[in-house]
Amino acid sequence: MSILGTIKYRLQHGRATMDYPDGPASALPDRHGGALRVEPAKCTEGCSACADVCPTRAIGRSPGNAITLDLGRCLFCSACVETCPTHAITHTGDHRIAAGRREDLMLGEVGEEIRLASALDEKLRGLFGRSLRLRQVSAGGCNGCEADTNVLNTIGWDLGRFGIQFVASPRHADGLLVTGPVTRNMQLALEKTYAAVPAPKIVIAVGACAIAGGPFVDLPQVGNGAASVLPVDLFIAGCPPHPLTILDGLLRLIGRLQEQHRTPQG
Amino acid sequence: MNTSREFAVLGNGNALPWKDVPETDADVFVAALDRQLDGGARLCAFFGVPQGDATHLVAVIAFDGAGKLAVGRSAPLRGGYRALTPPHPQAHLFEREVWEQHSLVPEGHPWLKPVRLDRGAGPAVIDFFRVEGGEIHEVAVGPVHAGIIEPGHFRFQCHGEEVLHLEIALGFQNRGIEAALMGGPHVATMSQTETIAGDATIAHATAYAVALEALANAEAPRRAQWLRAIALELERLANHTGDLGALANDVAFLPTSAACGRIRGDFLNLTATMCGNRFGRGLVRPGGCRLDVESERAVGMLRPLRVALDEADEAAAWLWDSNSTRTRFEGVGVVTRAQADELGLVGPTARACGLLRDVRVDHPIGWHRTAQVPVTAWKGGDVFARARVRWLELQRSGKFLMEQLESAPPGDIRVPVTVLAPDTLAVALVESWRGEVCHAVLTDHAGRFRRYKIVDASFHNWAALALSMRAQAISDFPLCNKSFNLSYCGFDL
Repeated sequence: MSILGTIKYRLQHGRATMDYPDGPASALPDRHGGALRVEPAKCTEGCSACADVCPTRAIGRSPGNAITLDLGRCLFCSACVETCPTHAITHTGDHRIAAGRREDLMLGEVGEEIRLASALDEKLRGLFGRSLRLRQVSAGGCNGCEADTNVLNTIGWDLGRFGIQFVASPRHADGLLVTGPVTRNMQLALEKTYAAVPAPKIVIAVGACAIAGGPFVDLPQVGNGAASVLPVDLFIAGCPPHPLTILDGLLRLIGRLQEQHRTPQG
Repeated sequence: MNTSREFAVLGNGNALPWKDVPETDADVFVAALDRQLDGGARLCAFFGVPQGDATHLVAVIAFDGAGKLAVGRSAPLRGGYRALTPPHPQAHLFEREVWEQHSLVPEGHPWLKPVRLDRGAGPAVIDFFRVEGGEIHEVAVGPVHAGIIEPGHFRFQCHGEEVLHLEIALGFQNRGIEAALMGGPHVATMSQTETIAGDATIAHATAYAVALEALANAEAPRRAQWLRAIALELERLANHTGDLGALANDVAFLPTSAACGRIRGDFLNLTATMCGNRFGRGLVRPGGCRLDVESERAVGMLRPLRVALDEADEAAAWLWDSNSTRTRFEGVGVVTRAQADELGLVGPTARACGLLRDVRVDHPIGWHRTAQVPVTAWKGGDVFARARVRWLELQRSGKFLMEQLESAPPGDIRVPVTVLAPDTLAVALVESWRGEVCHAVLTDHAGRFRRYKIVDASFHNWAALALSMRAQAISDFPLCNKSFNLSYCGFDL
């Protein structure tokens, strides 16, 4: 491609980067379903149909207590949604599935929906709000979360416009973005990489594996996620999370998205 | 093809009672396997099945030209056996794995060391092959690499810029999947097989589903086979496009890199149109598929597919038209056809060495029995050939999809798969975008998994990356690595 050809192509095609977050976010695929909502009041006494089909035991129901669903463990496979006879678990269609505290991913009596992450405190926002350098560590990730994190660096998403960049060395980083359940064989490397990041530093866990072990929860060769080794500041749920979900989490953390409540869909 | 009494013939996606898998004494079995490999058979899987405190050796071999597989096993043995690796390098990792998992020593193996095991300080902290000399230096890279990529360790022996030898140590990603599958299928088994290698979800999920269907004597409905074939080719399109972009990026040719990064996402979004998940999770299930693609949805996929294919073609054309880029690809990272044959390479890596080797054509199952994608090959075995094969496969998979999306068979998408035959071995091969994946599943007397062996294409192909780096500049490692783009977790399991 000649220089002139390149210029002509660029003029014809214009800008490839999406308007979000200044404009509306593109819709999730219609079969994606987005985040889940749990309405324990709809549950039938003694029914545990959803818990029986859940591959990661993300759903719990002890006798006499209301159902709980842990979005951190959830693979969003929809088995529970399809199984529940009373539609107590439903899709919200919302791409926003990032929380700052592990317990904010627990649905049930404590809340029907996720409590979304809020921004870093003022001091850290001052440091990282306009320039956040991350070192990515895959610790048993299947290349799903890695691939859809990498996608944010492509021209359609252009993560660099928010001052967020993935760097080659932990010495250059402000924090880690961890994927995978933290295999025993990667634990030391993860700990050493974290130690090499200068303080203050943050940790972001992306995907069901990094949050709680995912499909490999409780297996002897894995820890149950990044929080079993490191202090985690942001949990982004999914298997893998849609790129829009990851971007939402990152922007929420650096204070680029303020709204806390879900906007009505459709 | 001449199978002997030591092996029983088996078609892809079929099952055989364990008692009908011929059993011979270990030395007879190994000698017979040696003869079969001499005669042109290819090793798909070689693994142990514990029997009391001893172990059966089991081999799944392929006669690609004849479209047949064969299986055989040794009588239970302890201690050791004569290694196959010296005459047949394609056995080298299999024999190391059997030694690691079952303590059977392949006597005469030239480089016996762990495959995934961690001896307490990380899996790579073991002896490496070393070149001695005053001007030799060693470079250690990983497990944590510079980009957003999975972990592995690379140890180079260099003379100046020139790499004399590369040794690759993996195991960091080991999640213990095979052990977790014992006694299964469990409620998490489907999700675990979908994430063996997360960028090859459809291929591994299909291999799992086909193996279970064989064990249950069931067949997925034609419409489900069609859905799986569509999803498998979309998976190939997405990854091949991403690889072409990444190769362009590694030689700083940004127009193709930028375009392919975006187009890859368009292919992933088509998979998400089918099932909601960009990697195809939740689509393939034992007995068929979980979701249908009704005709309106299929027709709706045609236009974005056409656009993405045309754009990928355009972006690739920039690459081929750029002399400076072609020069960076040509003659770099060469694997010869003879080496490819000896190592038992699979997928685009093998086809870029001129080997016509493709499960979709050689051992077709499901939809590929009636709708074929032609095999693509190129000669040269260098980075250029591996890029070229990907580009040709993009075109052929694209054409296949454009035709097939409008050729849906009617009918159901799922049959029940409930009871698995006891004491039975099933073998399923699927051509993932990286090459052959093999699932060999043996049930116990209750119809639960007694042994579940997974072989990702990467298991065959990692050694090719090491070979391709000989006499190369170490600065070409990223380019060579990307031209193979092998799976770490698919290898580590």
